[in-house]
Parts: sequence; C-alpha cells; structure tokens
Amino acid sequence: MSAVAGHVPQVTGRPVPGIEKEVLEQLRAAFGPKLSDVKIVRPQLLEVSIDRKDLVPLCTYLKNTLGFEHLSCITAVDWKDRFEVVYHVENYYNGCMVQVTARIPYDDPKIVSLTGLWNAANYHEREAWDLMGITFEGHPNLERILLPTDFKFHPLRKNFAQEVDRQYITRRKLRGGT
Amino acid sequence: MPEFWINMGPQHPMTHGLWNMKVKVDGETITDAKPEIGYLHRGYEKIMEVREFQKNVVLTDRLCYVSSITWSHAYCLAVEKMMGIETPERGQWIRVISLELQRIASHLMWLASYGPDLGLLTGLLWCLRERELFLDLIQLMSGARMNQNFPRVGGVRNDLPENFGAMCRRSIEHFLEKVDNEYPKIFHESKVFRMRTEGVGRISAADAINWGVTGPNLRACGVNVDLRRLDPYETYEEIDFEPQVWHDGGAGDSYARFVVRYNELKESCGIILQAFEKMPKTGPYRVKSPRRAEGEGYAKTEDSRGEALFYVIGDGDDRPYRVKIRSPVFCTMAATPMLLRGNKLADVVAILGSVDVCVGEMDK
Repeated sequence: MSAVAGHVPQVTGRPVPGIEKEVLEQLRAAFGPKLSDVKIVRPQLLEVSIDRKDLVPLCTYLKNTLGFEHLSCITAVDWKDRFEVVYHVENYYNGCMVQVTARIPYDDPKIVSLTGLWNAANYHEREAWDLMGITFEGHPNLERILLPTDFKFHPLRKNFAQEVDRQYITRRKLRGGT
Repeated sequence: MPEFWINMGPQHPMTHGLWNMKVKVDGETITDAKPEIGYLHRGYEKIMEVREFQKNVVLTDRLCYVSSITWSHAYCLAVEKMMGIETPERGQWIRVISLELQRIASHLMWLASYGPDLGLLTGLLWCLRERELFLDLIQLMSGARMNQNFPRVGGVRNDLPENFGAMCRRSIEHFLEKVDNEYPKIFHESKVFRMRTEGVGRISAADAINWGVTGPNLRACGVNVDLRRLDPYETYEEIDFEPQVWHDGGAGDSYARFVVRYNELKESCGIILQAFEKMPKTGPYRVKSPRRAEGEGYAKTEDSRGEALFYVIGDGDDRPYRVKIRSPVFCTMAATPMLLRGNKLADVVAILGSVDVCVGEMDK
C-alpha cells in the first residue's frame, strides 16, 4: 500500500478494488490473535472485533500506518449483558471502511478515549456518554451534549423504558375496544 | 481589552434553527467559540427502536425537512443491507433521480438562506423561485412537497408519473439558464458578496479530515471525496459525473464552500438528465421486504450536507434493535470553533451560513 511506502498518496476519489483483503492481511500480520470475528462483509467493508485494551494500538496502526484518517462514527450498543462500542473508520485514499467493535463488560462501562487520534471522536464520545452512559477515559470534556446537563438517565439503555412498548393501533382499538 | 462571551442564539437570525453559538470576543476579534446544541433533540434513535422497519421511514424523513428523501433513502439502504435484499434496477434509477432532485432543492434552500445572511435579499427570492420548480417535480413524483415518505425498504413507493422525463428536462433547461447567466450576477460577480466571503472561515484539509468534516465542506478544502464515487451506491457507478472539488488557491474559505455547492447544482442536473437516458423504460421498482430481520447493516451516502451514515442492528424482531444516525452537521459543528477563531464578529454569519446547518439532523 502506498501509505506504507512513505510518500503522501493522492486522494483520487475512487475506490481501489480488493483493498479490503489487503487491509485484512496487514491487520492480521500486525495483531494476529488479538482480532476476533474478522470478516469481509462486502467489497470495501471489513469487520473486526477486539478487546478494549487493544483498541488504541489498533486504531493508531490504522490511522498512522494504513492511512485511515477519517473517523466516521462511534456507536454504543447495549446488549443487556455487555456493551459494545463500534467504530467506523474510513480511508479516503482507497475507500476502505473498517468497522472495529470493542466489547465492554456491563458492570464496568469504560473505554479509552480516541480524541488523541481523531478530534472527530470528541463529539461522538460525548454523545455516547450522554445517551448510553459509557465513560471515555481521557476525554477532555466529557459532558452531556444533546440532553440537559441535569438529566439523570442514559436513555438509550435498554432498561430505560419507553412510554409505550409498541406503537400499534389495532382495528379493535379503533372500534373502541381494548 | 477584556474578553467576554456573547450568545448568538438560541433565537438569532443567524442560526437557521434552534441552537446557540457562544463566541468569546476580544474587541471585534473572536478568540474562542463554543456551540451548544441539543435544543431539538427528539430521541430519534430511541423512538425508532419501537417502530417497525417500514414505519421508521416516516421518521427519518423528518430528520431534515429540507432534505427528506436523502435521509430516508440512507435509512432504507442500511436496512436493505441488513436484510440482504436489493432494489430492482428501475427502482435504483428512480432513487437516483429523486435524490438529485432533493439535493438541488436542498442546496437552493441553503443558497436562499445564505443570501439574507449577507444582506442579499434578491438571492432569497430568486433561489426560492427556482426551488419551486423542483418542489413541483418532487410533488408530482411523490405527492408531497416536503416530508415525502418516498423511499421504501426494498425500493420506492411508486413509479414515476407519465412523461416525467420531459417535465424534468424542461425545468432543468430553464433552471440551468438561470444558473449560468442570471445567478452569477448577484453572487460570483458581486464585489460585496466576494468581500464578505473570500478569506473568512478558513480550515485546512488536514484539520477538516481530522475533525470529521465531510461533504461539500470537505471538498471545498480541496479533498476529492464524494461517496457517490468513493463508495458507489445505487447506480451512481454508471453515471458520468465530476465530483465538485475546489482546486484553486484559498481553499477552505466560505467562498470555496459556496462555489462547490453552486457547482453541485449544475452537476446534479446533469445526473438527472443522464439517468433518464440510461434507466430501463419499464420494470419492477420495488421488492417485497421481509418483516423480520436479524444481523447488522450499515450504509453511508452522500447527503446534501455530507456523509450520512446509518448503522442498523436487528435481533430477529420486526423492529430494529439499535439504530445509529451519523449526522454530517453534528460532526461539522465540532469544527466550527476552528472556523471562527481569529475572524471578526461580523463574519460569524458569513462563516456559519456557508457550512449549511440543519438543526433537525444535528440534534436527532
């Protein structure tokens, strides 16, 4: 890959065919057994899972060596027995997207912040803290961003009930029944 | 001089919606800025968890009322990837046409609001006049001027009306004539407009990428990234178009952002005309989608304002287990302090107007 060779690659705006296999090989060579659930979903999209303690080395490698300069999105998922934080990292030089999933135990919702690598992580991590209650260690300003500062809950968690379970109006209900 | 904070918002003509830009000024110079958002937070990601896949299209329409079709299309695409279904070819072409019509309408709405920001009321009137042409086309196609609810999981709601191609051609011909000959007189050739926009709100390409700025704002920095090219979806691969990138000097200022969006108007017209030539004349436009789905799907599209990303997880139920919306404006908002620092207080409007803020999608 040209990013490894040292010279600055040009953004051509077009995808490089087969790039996901190349990235996968490089990740396997660098991290090997630390990666789990590795799969190529479709061209240009690669999925890997990793323990939360190896997240920063992996992301540093992705950004500085492989040229994944764009952090697209950070998603926090509540699986009831564990949390997952999903990072979508994109390479503008070849159009490859890597989806990195980090598992977090439910009783200890902490993960290291990536604001040192990508400034874009700043708002995404604040949002994940606000709505899902995951603490990002090392974040410069971990405050609520969308909800009021005195809000007590993290509403995207599954144990935060919604008013109604399902939004159905059945025909019987329309006719006045229960 | 002592520095102090000024609130620009939540009610301010500059904000185009409900959000607050706190700027710290030293005399007339901005030394720091802090956006405060969340006034319009409606809890989309939570609401979508209790509604069925197909019903959520109505919700995603309302993420950004100026650009409804592009948002519900991004959601449908993500759900389709999760379910493993694909839209029939004619459906994909109809989607491309509707997306580009919506992009033109959205960019014209932006240009219309950017005019009065700079005291250019003629811009407002002219752009809204031309936007009406495209809203009429969208209404003809989908039945509604706004919040169209047009894309469906697995295709689009209805086929194009009869003779729609000819009507589009007529409107576009009229529009291009205005864009080529009339608009430049009040925008590009206006000395006042250029003085207000050139050289203000500059951001470098490296900073823009690092802060997650996408879309026209990033292309104005000279980075050739257009997801319609870089990660083609629908039938954009078969269309010959040129992503609009600012190549000259002075990249990343308000004027560059204006020119990139302005040129995208013309480019989108070209895409629509090509689509009518290349699309199959008949055929199915929608496939039946399964009611329940398991797995995860993700799609990113080139929205009018940047990279829109939907990440949908299903757990085998008829509702999504988790939906994540990545709003381009939300990420651009993180970079606005960089745009503002060092500029004059009077230029705040000229800078923030040019990044095209839509509060609905920003606050979700």
